[in-house]
Parts: sequence; structure tokens; C-alpha cells
Amino acid sequence: MPQTFGEKILYILQNYGMTFLRGAGVTMLIAVVSTFIGCIIGFLVGIVQTIPTDRSKNPVKWALLGLVRIILNIYVEVFRGTPMMVQAMFIYYGAAMLFHINMDMWTAAFFIVSINTGAYMAETVRGGILSIDSGQTEGAKAIGMNHFQTMVHVVLPQALRNIMPQIGNNLIINIKDTCVLTVIGTVELFYSSKSVAGAYYWYFESFTIAMVVYFILTFLCSRLLRLLESKMDGPESYDLATSDTLAHTSGMTRFSEDPDKDPKVDRFFSTRGDM
Amino acid sequence: MEDHVLEVRHLGKTFGKNVVLRDIDFTVNTGDVTCIIGASGSGKSTLLRCINLLETPTCGEILHHGRSIMDKGFNPSKYRAKVGMVFQSFNLFNNMTVLQNCMIGLTKVLGVKKETAKKTAMFYLEKVGMAPYIHVKPRQISGGQKQRVAIARALAMEPEVLLFDEPTSALDPQMVGEVLEVMRTLAKEGLTMLVVTHEMAFARDVSSHVVFMADGVICEEGTPQQIFEAPQHERTREFLQRFRNN
Repeated sequence: MPQTFGEKILYILQNYGMTFLRGAGVTMLIAVVSTFIGCIIGFLVGIVQTIPTDRSKNPVKWALLGLVRIILNIYVEVFRGTPMMVQAMFIYYGAAMLFHINMDMWTAAFFIVSINTGAYMAETVRGGILSIDSGQTEGAKAIGMNHFQTMVHVVLPQALRNIMPQIGNNLIINIKDTCVLTVIGTVELFYSSKSVAGAYYWYFESFTIAMVVYFILTFLCSRLLRLLESKMDGPESYDLATSDTLAHTSGMTRFSEDPDKDPKVDRFFSTRGDM
Repeated sequence: MEDHVLEVRHLGKTFGKNVVLRDIDFTVNTGDVTCIIGASGSGKSTLLRCINLLETPTCGEILHHGRSIMDKGFNPSKYRAKVGMVFQSFNLFNNMTVLQNCMIGLTKVLGVKKETAKKTAMFYLEKVGMAPYIHVKPRQISGGQKQRVAIARALAMEPEVLLFDEPTSALDPQMVGEVLEVMRTLAKEGLTMLVVTHEMAFARDVSSHVVFMADGVICEEGTPQQIFEAPQHERTREFLQRFRNN
């Protein structure tokens, strides 16, 4: 049997490497899928929270929306205000006891982490929407967009860009926090490390590997998200479209102070006949 | 018979206890270039925002071709597609290129095909001299350029009337020139315009009708000659004093 720290690590990697990899895979799958679903939940809740309502104009809509908002607020407060580990136990055993639903490991894991992320994301999305200058909404309204169109085409794309760092944060938190799912028997990275550690009583060695693997996962994700962010921003430099077939060259016309004395202006606006 | 695009009747607006507009009455006919002048805080911008329903008027009414825009069944989005607005702070969509900014209203609001929308957008971008910048994002161009794109965006919807809310107030003198130049040309072409401005020379030379506002009421209105050469009201004379001295 290996004696030194290094030998033990090597031994574990050789014999249980696949166990760790599988654990890491499960962790990543749960974290990525749940963050994604959580974002969708967050967007839906955040959007509902920011729908403008006028009591005097449409009292039915106002009352209905008020009720929905109260329910959503309760959801957000409850799931933000209790530990995920406790929620996992509560939901997993509660579903079995009260509704006789025996959730399998995957359903339970996705459900619990998603709904948790959703509660956090709801507030983030609300903040993201509020962070967009009201001028953007007014500009959209001024060309005749309704609230839905304004949201989809103008506000949400910008809000999404602004909350990207927070989404990254949530993903990283989820990668780490899936370890609480061991309490309901999800075989992710922490569970795998614990079983390997238990087999030989090599706790330090086993969890050293777990530390390194968790760090690699989170670090890779945070770098990838940075890359995605800069991609969303687009390039800093730009090309003028002077060679565009539709643009001709008229766009380069300079304006003179007095249009009456400027022969360019006539040519400039004579293009209307082309339409 | 003259075609009243917009009629404002006894319009009033209060914010909480503050009375911002009182008993505003005026008419915009097709082809009019109406300039609203007056000191800051006199309610000019609020009036314009009420006309575009960005603010809800407290009392009175606004008629669009004789139909009240404050009726219950009135669709503000459809109305706004016909009554364009250009803002002091441009309000271009930051997530879109210049071309996309000018196309989105056509494709999403009016349901125009993409190709046709592009042609229309290009036509108006050329008109304001921004055609070479179609693939550029708003954050990469200057204020004057942004405002010209914003004008093209509003024009692309081919509105019946275009509202300008202090379009040059956020610009340096050179950029003011380029934006006013575009506006002069539009006025000449017969576009119906309602302009809130501090550019007195523009109001004097370009408009067909001038409205002077003070403390939330229309103090005096008339042709540019009447207002600038023979103002009747003491407040108007006082306000125009500084401009005349220059």
C-alpha cells in the first residue's frame, strides 16, 4: 500500500480517477442545467415584477397582478431565506410523505437547485431591468412598441448583458453548492470524494483532489463567462460601410451653414424619387 | 378645410401638488413647423411628453384628427407609430447597430418585410448623412451623429408629425449645427414638426408658428415675425431680450 501523501494521491487517481470524473460531471451537469433553468425562472419572475400597472385604467389586471406578485414575493423570500440543504430534505422527503412522489436523484437535484437559483435570479433580473435607463423604454415607446416588444427587443437584451457577472456568480455558487445534495443521495463530486476517502480512511488526500477539481471547474467557468461577456460587447473598432451597395457615398456629404446656398442639398434630397 | 393633425384643448398637468401645465390650447396643422420656446421649467417638455402620451395629462384633451387620444379604447402604441418623437438624450437602443435602430420599428411595429425595411432605413440614414455608420453601435458615435440617427429612426416610421424635445440641448455648438441643418431641410420638405427648442435663430427662421410658454401657460403665440419682432407680452419681451442682444 502507498505510504506517502504523493503516493496515496497517485493511487487514488489511478484507481478512482473515473469516480472523481463522474462526480465532477454530475456536479457540472446539475450546476449548468439548474443555473439555466433558474435564469429562466428568474427572468419570468423579474419581468412580472416590473410590469407597469395602472389601477384606474384596468382594475382587474391590477388586482390579478398584485396577487401574483405577492405569491412570487413569498417564493423569493422563502427560498432565499432558508438553507438549500434544508430545502433539499424538506422537498425530497416532503414530496414522498405528502404526495407519494418518489423523485429520482436527477429530478430532485435539478428541481431543488433550479428553484433556489430562480429565487436569487428574480431579484437580479429585477435589478437588471431597473438599471436600464428609462430613455431606452421611452425611445421604444416613441416608435410605437408595446410593453412586450420593448422588453423583448430593447430592455431585456441590455439587462441580460448587465447581469452576466451575476449569472456567472450563480453558476459558480451552484457548482460548489451541489455538494449539499449528498444529503438526499446525489452522487456528485463531494459524495464521490467522501466514498473514496471512506474506503481507505484517506480523508486529506481524497479531499485535496476534490479541492483541486472544484477549483478547476469554477475557474474554467468564470474565464469562459468572461469570454462570453466580451463577445457580447462586440469589437471596439468599427468599419464604415462606404462600400455598401445601398449606401452609395451620399452619407459623406457635409452640411453647410446655409442650405439655400448649398448646391449639394438638392442632390442630397433628390434621392426621394428613387423610393 | 385645414387638416388638424393635433389639437390640444384646455390641457392641464399636475405632478402631485405642482401644477406644470394649465389650460394649454393650440393646434398643429399638416405642414406646420411649430416651435415652442420659453425658459427652462416652463412646461414645454412636459407638454410634448403629454402629446406623445409619455405622461398622462391630468385634464383637458388632445385630439388626433379629431379623435381624443385619452379615450379608454385608444391604442397608444398605434398612435405613437404615427407621431414620432426625437429626444434630448437621443435614446438610441444601445444593443443595436445604427441600421437595426432604424429598422426595428418598421419590422416589429409596422410589420414591414426586412428587405423593404432596410431600404427605407437606408434612405433616411442617407438623408441625415449617417449611411456609412450603419454597422456601428450607438456608443461609438458622437452626440450629433446619435441625434441624426435618432431623427432617421423617427423618420423611417414615416410619421404624420414629428415631435422634437430639445434635440440640440445636449450637444456642443458644432454638433448643434449639423442637427439643425437636418431639421431645416425636413422643414423645407414639408414635414409637420413640433419643436421644443432653445435655438431662437431656428425658431425665428424655420418655424411657421411660434408658441411662447411661461409658468405652464401659453403666454403668447403667433408667426415668428409677430413673436420676435413685435412681442405683445412683457414676459415674451423679457425672454427674447437676451437673444436679441446677441
